[in-house]
Amino acid sequence: MTFEEIHSALAAKLGDRVGPLQAARKDAYCVVRADAIVEACRFLKTDPATAFDCLQNLSAVDGFKAAPMIKVVYHLYSYSKRHTFILKVELDRATPVIDSVESVWKAADWLEREQYDLLGVVFTNHPDLRRIMLPDDWVGHPLLKDYKEPGDYHNISHTRESPLDGFVRMDELKKKIAAEKAAETAASAPKKELLQ
Amino acid sequence: MSEARRAPETPTMVMTTNKEILKRIEYTGDMLLNMGPQHPSTHGVINFLVQTDGEVMKRAIPEVGYLHRSLEKIAEKVGYNGFMPYTDRVDYIAAMFANQGYAMAVEKILDIKVPKRAEYCRVIAVELNRISSHLIAAGTMAMDIGAVTPFPYALREREFINDLLEELCGARLTYNYLRIGGVAFDLPDGYTEKVSGFLDHFEKILVEFDRLLTFNEIFVQRLAHLAVIPAEMAIDYCLVGPNLRASGVDFDVRRDIPYSVYPELQFDVPLGKGLVGTPGDCWDRFYCRVEEMKQSCRILRQALAQIQPGETMAKLPRKLKPEEGLEAYSRIESARGDMMYYVVAGGGESAWRCKVRTGSFTAMGIIDILSRGLMVADLVALIASFDVVAPEIDR
Amino acid sequence: MQAFIDSLIKGWGFDPAVWPYTQFVYLALMGLFAFAVINFAAITAGIFSWAERRVAGRMQSRVGPNRAGPGGFLQWIADAVKLLTKEDLVPTEADNFLFRIAPYFMMVGFCCVFVALPFSHSLIIADMNVGIFYILAVTALIVVGIIMSGWSSNSKWSLFGAIRSAAQIISYEIPAGMALMIPVLLAGTLSTQGIIKGQGPWPWQWYIFDNPAAFAAFFIYFISALAEGNRTPFDLPEAESELVSGYNTEYSGMRFSYFFLVEWGNMWVMSALAVTMFLGGWQVPFLDVTQSADKIAALSGGVRLLAEFASLGIFVLKTLTLVFVVMWLRWTLPRIRVDQMMNMCWKYLVPMSFVGALFVAGWMLIVHSVPVLGLIMRVLLFVGASLVVGRFAQTTLRNIRATGDKFDFTSNW
Repeated sequence: MTFEEIHSALAAKLGDRVGPLQAARKDAYCVVRADAIVEACRFLKTDPATAFDCLQNLSAVDGFKAAPMIKVVYHLYSYSKRHTFILKVELDRATPVIDSVESVWKAADWLEREQYDLLGVVFTNHPDLRRIMLPDDWVGHPLLKDYKEPGDYHNISHTRESPLDGFVRMDELKKKIAAEKAAETAASAPKKELLQ
Repeated sequence: MSEARRAPETPTMVMTTNKEILKRIEYTGDMLLNMGPQHPSTHGVINFLVQTDGEVMKRAIPEVGYLHRSLEKIAEKVGYNGFMPYTDRVDYIAAMFANQGYAMAVEKILDIKVPKRAEYCRVIAVELNRISSHLIAAGTMAMDIGAVTPFPYALREREFINDLLEELCGARLTYNYLRIGGVAFDLPDGYTEKVSGFLDHFEKILVEFDRLLTFNEIFVQRLAHLAVIPAEMAIDYCLVGPNLRASGVDFDVRRDIPYSVYPELQFDVPLGKGLVGTPGDCWDRFYCRVEEMKQSCRILRQALAQIQPGETMAKLPRKLKPEEGLEAYSRIESARGDMMYYVVAGGGESAWRCKVRTGSFTAMGIIDILSRGLMVADLVALIASFDVVAPEIDR
Repeated sequence: MQAFIDSLIKGWGFDPAVWPYTQFVYLALMGLFAFAVINFAAITAGIFSWAERRVAGRMQSRVGPNRAGPGGFLQWIADAVKLLTKEDLVPTEADNFLFRIAPYFMMVGFCCVFVALPFSHSLIIADMNVGIFYILAVTALIVVGIIMSGWSSNSKWSLFGAIRSAAQIISYEIPAGMALMIPVLLAGTLSTQGIIKGQGPWPWQWYIFDNPAAFAAFFIYFISALAEGNRTPFDLPEAESELVSGYNTEYSGMRFSYFFLVEWGNMWVMSALAVTMFLGGWQVPFLDVTQSADKIAALSGGVRLLAEFASLGIFVLKTLTLVFVVMWLRWTLPRIRVDQMMNMCWKYLVPMSFVGALFVAGWMLIVHSVPVLGLIMRVLLFVGASLVVGRFAQTTLRNIRATGDKFDFTSNW
């Protein structure tokens, strides 16, 4: 089935909760409303004509500057029918909450955990939503465009001085020590003469 | 742990932490073992929380992220061309494939047509890399099962391939050979003869390898009927590559979603048939890889015969700046399976978002459910049969 | 040995029975022999570590150690010196006393076996009339050492390895013991020298070819000995790819080297036992030694010395061949899982060994009435085994030529 046919089947099932098929700016996709995503996915998986038995990819994209939002992109593939489809859901950037499709495809389990970890998208009804790549006590979601790196993690700094600056610093330190030594010997030398 | 739980209202609260899982396990009185992160046989830096009462495991929870190098964030900083060496590190054992996936996604965005000779160079480089990656997979699997000898044999053959690839692009591991629009260097003089000579030698070694290891009684006893994955479960968990084909799903990206010059090359796609066990067990996953090496030899011979003189790089604009909103995905058949790159352009010189979905990542998701009731020794065999590499999981 | 010491004392002009210092001389000389034996055990173990690494290297298509000394021969000395000078680490949480004492249990259990091993016609420390019984009993000390080391390391992985190893060794004691009872039945004595004297120098006179049950018993014993020595395919307790090193993970320095001394020395012990019981021991061709007629003792002077050295040489050669087979198996076969190993022991080896013992008992009665049957069986088995070995060699040569490999013993030393 082509993208258009799949889109019309989906639109027939879900009505106006499915947006129109966007033009292919290299890949066509359609936008689905956030509250309809599980229903849409379940339909696409169970309907014998579409039969999308595999969730190939689930990524979240921190939307463009003009229209800030977080888009969750679902790449679907059907091994029996050998066709693809792409769904997108647009979420509010401040509170990106969406239903988990883990009940439809088990692959979503880890894929959603990764997007939660890196972009902060909260998937409701996920059986085990916790961070996957980053440590448990990490603060923030790194792939967001306004993410500011903390300076350190448990007092291990994220930056280090440039080695060239380090060399300069060592050189200055050596010079300072040499100068102090010279001053010391200069100060103690006259005393020796007096003793003689 | 698998009941449905509602998320809290604020997105920053974490549902469960690893510490809570550990506490829950300790409370049951079972032994909690940490297999990893430094462990001789977890194929990289991965940790497994193993809850066991002796030898039989209740479950094994994979903990990943030790090798997370935020490659996807780096893609947003270094430019389209600049990200190519980073893709090597996505999977350093099969680096050519990672290069290829990214190049294809960006070429799709920019509508770049890769010249024919460059495509053939790509296929040659990539299939050689497939053989070397499968050699490591088979060798390390044998080593994990206890047969130490096949591993140096595999490495010995891999040294020949490393020499060939070093002659081609200068590097033995992280090649940065495939570039956006083509390949970096043309084939050197006499390369065809060298590769053919290697293939003549290698096909005999594969026979010896089979005789030594594949049908060895102890090896079969360890792997047959172990962790059988039915086809529906493999598809549901998005297993790819030899893992998927071993479960009986007849799918290969090279043949079914053809790209590059694969439509002009003849090759078979080995499926798992349960030769010595059940279809979809660990032995099938191992045997699929051994058979794929034979098919790669076939592909290489055809590619070497069919390659014609020509350009190795398309004409590219000086700066790659696709406009905002263009996005594309590419799927390639990597050594570890179907690797998908999803690149979103943002109008700047770097990608706006680059997501890599790798086969090893989704394979880790299935280990938890498969490990219940297995023994610790079986967990080692299971991980080895999936051919996971940690850099692919964590990126 | 006691006879030897008594003759020494008599040579000095004293009567051993009444001389007040006999016991002191016994003690001193026994101490000397014990020292010699432990040295022999340790040095053999060290040399085997070198041999294993060379053999492993050549089998894996690489060279093995070749820097320290000619052909890397001094590598094991270098390793021993390094291990001796290493820091003596005892983990803080480990059970101090047990941790330190565990290796010694293993060493004792291992070294005591040498007392009853017949190295040549007259080189045996104590020819006890319960030789085999003593050997089987003393090797059980090794299990105690392993469990102590695993437990006291206070690490779950070490405990894993120790428990696996304990289960394995204790289980495989049974088929090993039963399989060793078969030569005992055939010889009629538990004494090791007696068992060798019951065999002859020629292959068809060895107990291995005596009857099919004895043939099977050799392999049952060999497999069980591999399991008891924690050698692949039974090396789960130290499965490097699973447990890092099992029960000796936390050990370093000299304590660690004790464990490996025992493992490599055990190769000698298990091979020597197999040679003694099944392969004719030190019997020299044309100089048959039986319980009643001793052709070597009948010689005198230089020829006698030559015969003694020949018997020592034959014993050592046979044992080294079996040691090579043990190494060969390690670098060829994968590892068996713990439940498959227990299955094999209890469901296959134990019943087979019991049935074998019954068969041998019956066979001995038959042969007693019809002696020619015994000879026919021996010749048949010997010819059959030679054919199998010949076929194996032929197939191996063919396979080697098929990959285009060559034999090359001159380079890469």
